Amino acid sequence: MKYKSQKVAYWFFAAAMLLLVLQIVYGFIMGFAHMGYDGLHSVIPFNTARAVHTNLLVVWILLGFMGAAYYIIPEEAQNELVSVKLAYIQLITFLLVGVAAVTGYHLNYWEGRKFLEIPRPLDWLVVINVLTFLGIILATLYKGKKTTTTALVLTMGLVFAALLYLPGMIWFDNQTLDSFFRWWVVHLWVEGVWELIMGGILAFLLIKLTGVDREVIEKWLYVIVGLTFLSGILGTGHHYYYIGVGKIWLIVGGIFSMLEPLAFLAMALFAVAMYRKGEKKHPNKLALAWTLGTAILAFTGAGLLGMAHTLPQVNMYTHGTLVTAMHGHLAFWGAYGMIVFSFITFALPNLTGRKLYDTANGQLAFWLSNIGMLGMTLAFGVAGVAQVYLERKTGLEFGAVQQEIEVHFLVLVLCASMFATGILMFIYEFYRHGSPNDEAIGMEEILESA
Amino acid sequence: MLSKSQARTFFLGGTVVTFAIFLALSWNSLVNDVPRQTNPENLSESVIRGKEMWESNNCMGCHTIFGEGAYYAPELTKVYERRGEGYIKAALMSKVPWAPRGRKMVAYGFTDEQANDMVEFFKWIGEVDLNGFPPKPDVKR
Repeated sequence: MKYKSQKVAYWFFAAAMLLLVLQIVYGFIMGFAHMGYDGLHSVIPFNTARAVHTNLLVVWILLGFMGAAYYIIPEEAQNELVSVKLAYIQLITFLLVGVAAVTGYHLNYWEGRKFLEIPRPLDWLVVINVLTFLGIILATLYKGKKTTTTALVLTMGLVFAALLYLPGMIWFDNQTLDSFFRWWVVHLWVEGVWELIMGGILAFLLIKLTGVDREVIEKWLYVIVGLTFLSGILGTGHHYYYIGVGKIWLIVGGIFSMLEPLAFLAMALFAVAMYRKGEKKHPNKLALAWTLGTAILAFTGAGLLGMAHTLPQVNMYTHGTLVTAMHGHLAFWGAYGMIVFSFITFALPNLTGRKLYDTANGQLAFWLSNIGMLGMTLAFGVAGVAQVYLERKTGLEFGAVQQEIEVHFLVLVLCASMFATGILMFIYEFYRHGSPNDEAIGMEEILESA
Repeated sequence: MLSKSQARTFFLGGTVVTFAIFLALSWNSLVNDVPRQTNPENLSESVIRGKEMWESNNCMGCHTIFGEGAYYAPELTKVYERRGEGYIKAALMSKVPWAPRGRKMVAYGFTDEQANDMVEFFKWIGEVDLNGFPPKPDVKR
């Protein structure tokens, strides 16, 4: 680390890890409920567990993005963050809003719209919080000595993400319109602006880890985010096939969804090519593994598995089944979970001055979590395909089908245990780094060359 | 070979053009499709109250509607046609968890009036033209 204020990133990452653990706990509650063990039903019914699981996902990933931004922007702009105190306040209030929302979900207080369950009054607090965050980032960039493409793409992603939260706050009497604009938030986030954020972070990591010239990396960054928007914006159409709007979306959504994997393919090829081209041998091998891993698994989970069920004729049958959960898990993990993990793995030694670059624990955490998640994806896939066939093709009743596929949730829970073990080991490594300190300032080059 | 400024032009140009097309198509959907396919004239106060209850109890946390939601409990787009008013009201007004085949639903214990609003909501939902979704089963058991 080069600037004192970058230390604030550490606490965003620590909070993110804490929320991830909670997210996994609620995931297990749902996995067991699907197997028929719903002993917690009276305290934590499925809809509560589900809302907590998905909301914590969004919140910990956003915390990861914010932490990454607080680390990257000072270094790119060559300037301290304008206010560290405000950044800490922003973190604490963000967490408080999160705690209030999650508590509300246990008391049947929410706005039950998938992914956007946060009740309206809390929505406004989120808006204020995110504006504070953006204010700090933009002011730092403005006062900085330089504005790089990487910083610009990252900031653009963050600003658009904030703007796109707004259409989700409009009330509609008509369920079709409600759904239509809910996707402006959810889809344009995960298949649009979040990819910008991911691209920005990935570019920063590749510049640092491979030593390839910034101009080359940033040129390809433009191509990647160009492909993202070119395919992703009209790709929103795949959410409009069956919600009560016209058939034109079947064509538009179908074609552009087919193109969506291109951005992720470009990202994967880009990361691998830069790695091979790079002459710098950065000692942080774990960060490199996570960085290449995220580029490849994002293509697999978000790109390929997404495309596999967004063709209209396939989606007619898979829409609203466990096949969606299959794609969802690997997509969020591969693209967004792993990019946050990549960044944490890269940043921790620089923040704390402890060079745990290539430990056995760290390696094991990487492999266990990734193989565990691939296993979970497979379990969801088998359950989903069986569900589609039995329920949608043969017309067997929903409950009967669920009993038929219960066994796949045993496999799911087993693989999830493996995944969770990997995550806990990662957090143990996180803890072993100790806290961030000023002695680590300027030690990055010394550490790297040692 | 592609230069950085060409790459930037590709990004900015592609984004502006696709976003403009997206806005135009969205406008078309709002002005032409929604009135034609969703029967907005049937959105009575009762239907709207039903939708509010649908959201304030996070029904989407277990069920799907228009195929959207969670996958723990049945798709409800055509529930009115499939189960009829009596069954829906019984599930919603039950004081103990409704648990077909052992999988429990929260016992909401709605009043008759509340349950009627939900039924009206499902009736309206069931009449929306969804381009053929949900598909009719076509394999013989």
